[in-house]
Amino acid sequence: MGTELLKLEGIEKSFPGVKALDGVNLTVTAGRVMALMGENGAGKSTLMKVLTGIYKRDAGSMTYLGKKTEFKGPAQSQAAGISIIHQELNLLPELSIAENIFLGREKTGAFGNIQWNTMYREADELLQRLGVTRSSKTRLGDLGIGEQQMVEIAKALSFESRVIIMDEPTDALTDTETRALFTVINELRDAGYGVVYISHRLKEIFEICDDVTILRDGKFIAEMPVKDITEDRLIELMVGRKLEDQYPRIAVAKGNVSLETDNISAAGVNQVCLQVSEGEIVGIAGLMGAGRTELMKAIFGANPLTDGCINLNGKKITINTPKDALDAGIAFISEDRKADGLVLGLSVKENMTLSALRHFSHASGQLHHSKERDAVDEYIDTFNIKTPGRHQPVGNLSGGNQQKVAIAKGLMTRPKILILDEPTRGVDVGAKKEIYQLINTFKKEGMSIILVSSDMPEILGMSDRIIVMHEGCISGEFTAAEANQENIMACAVGKKR
Amino acid sequence: MTTAKKTLTTRLIEQKTLIALIIMVIVVSLLNPNFFTTGNILNTLRQTAVNAIIAVGMTMVILTAGIDLSVGSILALCGAISASLIASELPVFIAVTAALAAGAIVGGFSGIVIAKGKVQAFIATLVSMTLVRGLTLVYTDGRPISTGFTDVADSFAFIGTGHMLGIPVPIWIMAFTFLAAWYLLNHTRLGRYIYALGGNEAATRLSGINVDRIKIAVYSMCGLLSALAGLIVTSRLSSAQPTAGAGYELDAIAAVVLGGTSLMGGKGTIIGTLLGALIIGVLNNALNLLDVSSYYQMIAKALVILLAVLIDTKSK
Repeated sequence: MGTELLKLEGIEKSFPGVKALDGVNLTVTAGRVMALMGENGAGKSTLMKVLTGIYKRDAGSMTYLGKKTEFKGPAQSQAAGISIIHQELNLLPELSIAENIFLGREKTGAFGNIQWNTMYREADELLQRLGVTRSSKTRLGDLGIGEQQMVEIAKALSFESRVIIMDEPTDALTDTETRALFTVINELRDAGYGVVYISHRLKEIFEICDDVTILRDGKFIAEMPVKDITEDRLIELMVGRKLEDQYPRIAVAKGNVSLETDNISAAGVNQVCLQVSEGEIVGIAGLMGAGRTELMKAIFGANPLTDGCINLNGKKITINTPKDALDAGIAFISEDRKADGLVLGLSVKENMTLSALRHFSHASGQLHHSKERDAVDEYIDTFNIKTPGRHQPVGNLSGGNQQKVAIAKGLMTRPKILILDEPTRGVDVGAKKEIYQLINTFKKEGMSIILVSSDMPEILGMSDRIIVMHEGCISGEFTAAEANQENIMACAVGKKR
Repeated sequence: MTTAKKTLTTRLIEQKTLIALIIMVIVVSLLNPNFFTTGNILNTLRQTAVNAIIAVGMTMVILTAGIDLSVGSILALCGAISASLIASELPVFIAVTAALAAGAIVGGFSGIVIAKGKVQAFIATLVSMTLVRGLTLVYTDGRPISTGFTDVADSFAFIGTGHMLGIPVPIWIMAFTFLAAWYLLNHTRLGRYIYALGGNEAATRLSGINVDRIKIAVYSMCGLLSALAGLIVTSRLSSAQPTAGAGYELDAIAAVVLGGTSLMGGKGTIIGTLLGALIIGVLNNALNLLDVSSYYQMIAKALVILLAVLIDTKSK
């Protein structure tokens, strides 16, 4: 065992309404690769933000190189030798590799003049160490994602880092690039760096990591050498929690198949066949980036289909735009309320009726104000939306209430098929339950519901049938009775069954 | 309840513009007793009309988070079209319709380039601005076109010089334009979509709204209103100048911004634009009455606009 570089102990961090981290430990040792694992929302990113000082921890201690340490921000932690390589790379495509590596720390001479030769030479040396054959004068934008990641690593090395943290580094990489990355990680380990490897890909953990730390719901679950654990045990530790009794599933007689996708492909979606019936909730599980949102956007006409077709009530329909989908009775509530769902500067009323404004105006295009007002007030009332009034800008509402406005907006179009993408993300517990009850009401009315969610208990608690996606394809399908967290997680990480 | 009364901030901004206008009127009245006379006020309003009408179109464009630099060029082209048709003694109705249609078509062209070609509004309308100015110079051969001394020309002159109930016709046209635009923005589907598009284009598209069509509509309307302004200018002078309207886009944008409309789109009111246009109009008139040289006028105008906008951003 090498020396301990970094030790986090008993880290706690709360946000209003949520305890994001509750007694979390993490140890990074020189010459070892530590995997940090957990489901979406387990607290991995929060922990990294506490580590680098973006968030201030509420309790717990941090020891770095044998000293109690406190970082005030990423600049400080990076200068101290802790580098994070984020999923989204922080590089400037129009600058050269060398300029990117030394951004803000350019080698300068006595008059503030940049010493280009020194910079290029040092950058070239770093690239060589990583086995990148490019010249450091190359424009960064000309590099593939894998090589760009190497530049990030080179940048980390140029800081004389001791600890290098990689957040989902292989998500955007091809197999060859992944292999190259692993070679570099092995070299970093041999050179005595401490590496933290965040990923949900089980295979990679077993291939490249020495130890694993598992988080679940913000709690520290276990730390152990990878050789002492099996894949199944790891999945169990990641998901093993009790279902809370907040999912009021109701039994509804299933009607006819309403929506059917016949082998559809689109950006991020590959040959998907999906069926949903009247009065049925179909849950779509999977990890981030599995293509769930892309599939929903393809069905809704927001992303074009490249192959396959969509049938509605047994008849083939053409959906080229969201308008076509809405006209066909399909409503989509986006996972990204702020970007895709709501116009934050407009009022509750204006947002709610935006999709269905035709129902609230005359053929001439003139608005029917009283009709609109009555409908909006009715929804505010039945959905229990907490707002000072219908004229309140929706951006001033809490997450849960914004979500209810978004759902109301979808329902105003009187859909027969309702697609909910992460309907309870960023929503507090009380509002969550209300949203579940609303979903059940729609189900009782015979609506077909597709529920995309990364929240395992939610998927298990609400769905009649669960479909799991992995890398754009359906990797598993379960009835509510068969499904459990383990078999869903196994399909979600692409484990062969 | 209307969208115009929507939020407290919008209401305050409107009041602020209104307060600024009132203060200005009082100060100028004290400095020069000739200012607050019926004659001068009507004169000021008439002079404001051209910029105000263009600013209405500009407001709609800016509400969608766009910009239209081509308004001055469209004004010149449509003025030239109307003047040449009047000079050939075609009926006024035909000349007016042709000019307005030309304005709407040119605006629609910009809209199509922006919506379908995914070109930034600034660039697309910069192209239109240059293109249309060139077309005007070709069409007029670089010379002013006189409407002539016929009966048709006399009736055409009514648009710019006539009076109804003692009030100059351009003021009536301005009032009607604002009323129509206010109604459109607050009481029609299209108006609601304009605000939504400016506030969040992706969400508006995903709400099943044909965003491209709204953009094209907005630039067409802006073109049509620029043509309307061109008719007033041409009718008043009884001739069309090929260089007319140069720089008018900046006055229109200034009026819109003074009126509290956000250049980021989605926020603003047509009433604010009216007040903004009046502030610029009163300022021009006051500087003339106070015998400020036209060189200093530009500097004064720039400073007043800067001050107003600074106060506006500070108080947000």
